[in-house]
Amino acid sequence: MSDTSEMITLTIDGQPVTVAAGTTILEAARSVGIEVPVICYHEATTPNGLCRVCVVDVDGGRLLQPACIVPCRAGMVVETRNERVERSRRTILEMLNSAVNLAEAPAIQTLLDDYEAQPDRFPSAAKRDHALIDDNPFYVRDYSQCVLCWRCVQVCAEDAQYTYALTFDHRGFDTHVSTGFGVPLPDSSCVFCGQCVSVCPTGALKPKIEFGLEQGWTLEQIWENTRFLKKNRRKSG
Amino acid sequence: MAEITRTRLDEIVARYAGRGREALLPMLWDAQHEAGYIDPETAQSISRTLRVPIAEIYGVIGFYTLFSDEPEGETVIHVCTDPSCGVAGADSVVDELCARLGVRPGETTADGRYTIKRGTCLGLCEHAPAALVCQRGEGEYSHAPVTDIAALLDGQRPARAAVVDGERQVFLAGAVPNHAESLAEYGDYAALRRALLTLTPEQVSAEVEASGLVGRGGAGFPTGMKWRFTRGAAGQPHYAVCNADESEPGTFKDRVLMEHRPHLLLEGLLLAAYAIQARYAFVFVRGEYPEATTIMEAAIREAQSAGLLGERIMGTDFSCSVEVRRGGGAYICGEETALFEAIEGKRGFPRIKPPYPTTHGLFNRPTSINNVETLCAVPAIIRNGAGWFRQWGTEKSTGTKLVSVSGHVRRPGVYEIPFGLTLRELLEGHCAGFVGEPQAVLMGGAAGTFLRADEIDVPLTYEALQAAGTTLGSGAVMVFNSEVDLRDVLRRLGHFFAHESCGKCFPCQLGTQRQMEILDRLEQPLPGDVERLRDVGLTMTEASLCGLGQTAAMAVLSALRKWPALFGEEA
Repeated sequence: MSDTSEMITLTIDGQPVTVAAGTTILEAARSVGIEVPVICYHEATTPNGLCRVCVVDVDGGRLLQPACIVPCRAGMVVETRNERVERSRRTILEMLNSAVNLAEAPAIQTLLDDYEAQPDRFPSAAKRDHALIDDNPFYVRDYSQCVLCWRCVQVCAEDAQYTYALTFDHRGFDTHVSTGFGVPLPDSSCVFCGQCVSVCPTGALKPKIEFGLEQGWTLEQIWENTRFLKKNRRKSG
Repeated sequence: MAEITRTRLDEIVARYAGRGREALLPMLWDAQHEAGYIDPETAQSISRTLRVPIAEIYGVIGFYTLFSDEPEGETVIHVCTDPSCGVAGADSVVDELCARLGVRPGETTADGRYTIKRGTCLGLCEHAPAALVCQRGEGEYSHAPVTDIAALLDGQRPARAAVVDGERQVFLAGAVPNHAESLAEYGDYAALRRALLTLTPEQVSAEVEASGLVGRGGAGFPTGMKWRFTRGAAGQPHYAVCNADESEPGTFKDRVLMEHRPHLLLEGLLLAAYAIQARYAFVFVRGEYPEATTIMEAAIREAQSAGLLGERIMGTDFSCSVEVRRGGGAYICGEETALFEAIEGKRGFPRIKPPYPTTHGLFNRPTSINNVETLCAVPAIIRNGAGWFRQWGTEKSTGTKLVSVSGHVRRPGVYEIPFGLTLRELLEGHCAGFVGEPQAVLMGGAAGTFLRADEIDVPLTYEALQAAGTTLGSGAVMVFNSEVDLRDVLRRLGHFFAHESCGKCFPCQLGTQRQMEILDRLEQPLPGDVERLRDVGLTMTEASLCGLGQTAAMAVLSALRKWPALFGEEA
């Protein structure tokens, strides 16, 4: 976006909006109090347009546009919530709910209600089942709660830490976040900065202390389980 | 299982010393060949050599189907079970192989000799049913058609009877079936000579623009315009890339072009490189095309020694190197930006567009990426002029077109036809008619749409097919006769997309899975399944990030319109 000083005017939900060139539709909508729902979007990470829950109708075009990444254009006519937009959002939410445990994702739960997503829309659907991984004193990972927003992988890499401990395994529906070759976190390049835990929107990554409290551990047990003691370290290969 | 030996690993490492992440796929191929899989220690060596984090190397291995992170059989046999091979008996091939070896699909025999896998389209649809054989220590080869299980297990390679026919003017003139044309047979790049010695880069792209040539991979973008945009884009170097990742089920014309006319493609690519002033060119060939890869590599060596590519070509100031890159097994890499990611050594995730490749392509530099067939049209256009090319076809669909015909016709194969020929003329004339009573034609591949047997009088042009609610796409024509249960075809398409979704955006990652599940139970649908298919299909179509998701429901939605009874709906 070469010249951000240039101002442009577009229409969002019938309302004229004037913003600096380069502003995304999401930012423009927020500037006039119109909330566009998001799941993967986070102000501190590079937007990748993954969840597509933020899609909006632009000029009645063939494709809906992800508001988090598409910049405003002068004269653009945006509808943030019409029948097409609602169908896509509701269907994405229903599919997500049928695949992932969203019990600890309150923001997504609110969206499910808002879009009247039916909880049992997809009967006998495969779920992304993963066993809880408890391999270090700092946090636990439950990828059956992971929506694949990519934030943890991004902050572990160029978006923040440049540690590159995380990657994706497989592809398509079976994609999941992994350290690679089944390596426990203490044996990976993880530096336990905790940034991945702080950006996780669904409780898939959880501090060990919080996890311990939920499990009803005593303070002694929490102390015991969250120190980086020699005995907690797996033999590195 | 054979571990990679220290010496062999050291040899591989030495070969790649000093290179960066762009060498990841080639290096993984070398390691995969050596041991049949990539173990953590090998990955660690690769990581150190190319300075790529180990976790990301694992991520790349996990993305591509032809790489493995665990030991498999000495011989891995991938049997294509997509529609054309499916109706030719691919399931029985898998069943027989498994019964004979005492394994289930995906498993390895106890003696470690064989692994049998169900696979997606191998681009050998005219020789269905097809298999790809990967042999540890040796490499890959295709085996098609599979007519004898013992011969397949025995490592035999049946000769293919290629059909390369039609009105052979632009692409197939002089093509000899089952023969790769040598440089001597092809001639010494007369069109390139004319361009380098008498035309400016601007004149080359102007001529191509005047010819009306549009991208033949399916998207139909005007080729000359793409070159003009790329040439004018800021940033150096510029790259010319040939998209030879042909993976659309039912499409095999690019393989046939590479296997028969490698120099035609190279000359076309060099003309593109000259037009956009690129110093480097790549041919990205899908991993499932070992024969085409070998032929292209040999052709590059031949052209190099004849001074037709490399430094100061034909004594001019124009220099361009050409390198073949092999894919690792991923349909999504036919998407241009995913293909760039693969060359850059990453998982094949498509990028968000804009920015477009003309300004931000390979290595984020201005790039023109063109399909094999598109590039193969260029030498004749430069030699004979735009007007000559326009003598065939219509105002909007100029020249001749290659179509890949498979399924229930008497002579499946690749045909060069003038735009405007009707589908009936193609099938009843060139292809010598139907096997059985025609029921349906799937146009444009898995990402295409169905026609009923009474709709085949449509002329084969972009505009007429669009008006008829269908598409020419990459030129795939799959014919199914009345013996075929179209629900079986739909089920195979559902599996194809679920297998090939990259998993980046939610609509496609989740939608291809849900679509597959619903198509799997078409015989006994649940109440509301039609509505679910529509919602999932429209959501993928309208909200997905790239062309894969946007077209993953096209065929299903078109079948739902034409044959509602298949889905338990009233007609």
